[in-house]
Amino acid sequence: MEFNLQTKPKAPAVAPETIYDVLIVGGGPAGLNAALYAKRKGLSVGILAERLGGQVLDTSSVENYLGFPSETGEGLMKKFQAHVGELKVPVKEHLLVSGIEAGRIKKIHTNIGEVFQAKAVILATGSKPRMLNVPGEKEFLGRGVAYCAICDGPLFAGMDVIVAGGGNSAVEAAIDLAKIANHVHLVHRSQFRADQILIEQLKKKENVTIHLETQIQSVEGEGLVSHVNALDKASGEVVKILANGLFVEIGYLPNSDAFADLVKRNGRNEVEVNARCETSQTGIFAAGDVTDMPYKQIVISAGEGAKAALTANEYINTFKEEK
Amino acid sequence: MKFLNEEIKKQLEGMFAPMKNEVTIVLFATKEMCETCEDTKTFMAEMAGIHEKIKLEVYDLQADAALAETLQVKRTPAIVLLGEDRKDYGIQFNGLPGGHEINSFISGLLEVSGAGEELPEVFAKRVAKIDKPIDIKVFVTLGCPHCPGAVSKAHKLALENPNVRAEMIEAQTFSELSDQYHVSGVPKIVINETEELVGDQPLEMFLDAIERL
Repeated sequence: MEFNLQTKPKAPAVAPETIYDVLIVGGGPAGLNAALYAKRKGLSVGILAERLGGQVLDTSSVENYLGFPSETGEGLMKKFQAHVGELKVPVKEHLLVSGIEAGRIKKIHTNIGEVFQAKAVILATGSKPRMLNVPGEKEFLGRGVAYCAICDGPLFAGMDVIVAGGGNSAVEAAIDLAKIANHVHLVHRSQFRADQILIEQLKKKENVTIHLETQIQSVEGEGLVSHVNALDKASGEVVKILANGLFVEIGYLPNSDAFADLVKRNGRNEVEVNARCETSQTGIFAAGDVTDMPYKQIVISAGEGAKAALTANEYINTFKEEK
Repeated sequence: MKFLNEEIKKQLEGMFAPMKNEVTIVLFATKEMCETCEDTKTFMAEMAGIHEKIKLEVYDLQADAALAETLQVKRTPAIVLLGEDRKDYGIQFNGLPGGHEINSFISGLLEVSGAGEELPEVFAKRVAKIDKPIDIKVFVTLGCPHCPGAVSKAHKLALENPNVRAEMIEAQTFSELSDQYHVSGVPKIVINETEELVGDQPLEMFLDAIERL
């Protein structure tokens, strides 16, 4: 029996009456590294987050973070949190930011009714799983359609499952599910985007069938998922792939809706940032998966978080001079 | 200790330090047909050994049927957390709270002992208005990092309003029940048998669902 104890850094809560130099919205790699850098610059800083750790927690193994050849997503995040925890950065968890008022002092509104204040804000809200947007997907959510393989995989022990997607997350999910499920079908509309090293691991699995250039058109079943209909692009035929579960791993959508009126976003709703992580709004910076920075990777998000904090630090320095 | 190593034990001692009132872990087990009852007993004894304010009582579902009925326990292993003066808040765990679920168990102990987090006023007002019996089931798996959040929210509602009962149900231990509720994604939250939520939803989603009933 394993125990995944979530140790909370002993930190004071973020206080609504305090005006912070920087408040960071989001507790994933970008947010945590921004907090580390901002704190070390001597800024007063706090983190507002729905949940510390972010999406990395849903990743069973991380093998591409320099210095950590093989870690669980959770293990890596615990190390990040412990590091930030040592600096006693105030944290307020279990809240959603509903909007931010621009101005010399930014006001951050939340779903818990409290309003927080800061001179600068770093948006590091990350992203959420992208949906296939095909008929049946919503209807069968929690009835066969799933977005978290490490959460829901055990419920499909001995059954047949489909993983939709061709990137690293999809291939990793397929590898993990192959250990639990009877058979795994990986279905992707084009060619693999995943790392070669992962694709080779997947191809070694005997109970995995790979369907490339195959587009899922609908999720079917009665009460529970029984199959998907998919277009085999080569033959032009619609094939039926039988499975009880469909794990959708086709990428992510930025959590940026609360900032729609605050900052400029691109066509994919990503917050636009320049090389210094500045957004279109003075004093608002952004980092990680919520931004239009290419390649959504843990190490890149962490690096961008550092950059956003350093730019915010320069902003705070000039802020003091302005008076 | 069989389950908790020195490192975890030390961390738990730190986490339990703020406990205010005594908490009684009431564990229901059965001698047969229960794969995890013995392990749950051992685990609970280890948890109770960490802080003097945590007491453990072990009962048998058949032999102590009257108490089981009072506490609305139907399965084994099942755990009820009683507060000061054995007050029942309607907070239950069905299945061994291991893996990630140790976190909802810890937060349950702290909440029942009066060392919990205060509910933001916007939610407290809505929770206070719940005036009909509400039963919340939260299905989880032990490998699910989002699940403890959903369990703790359901338990918090039970703690704040006597009309609300909330139980964690470990989906693999109780696979028949999970099948009955079509659980294929966790956390799955079922409120009064009709309202369903999937995922670690924010508290307002729980309240919206309750207010729709």
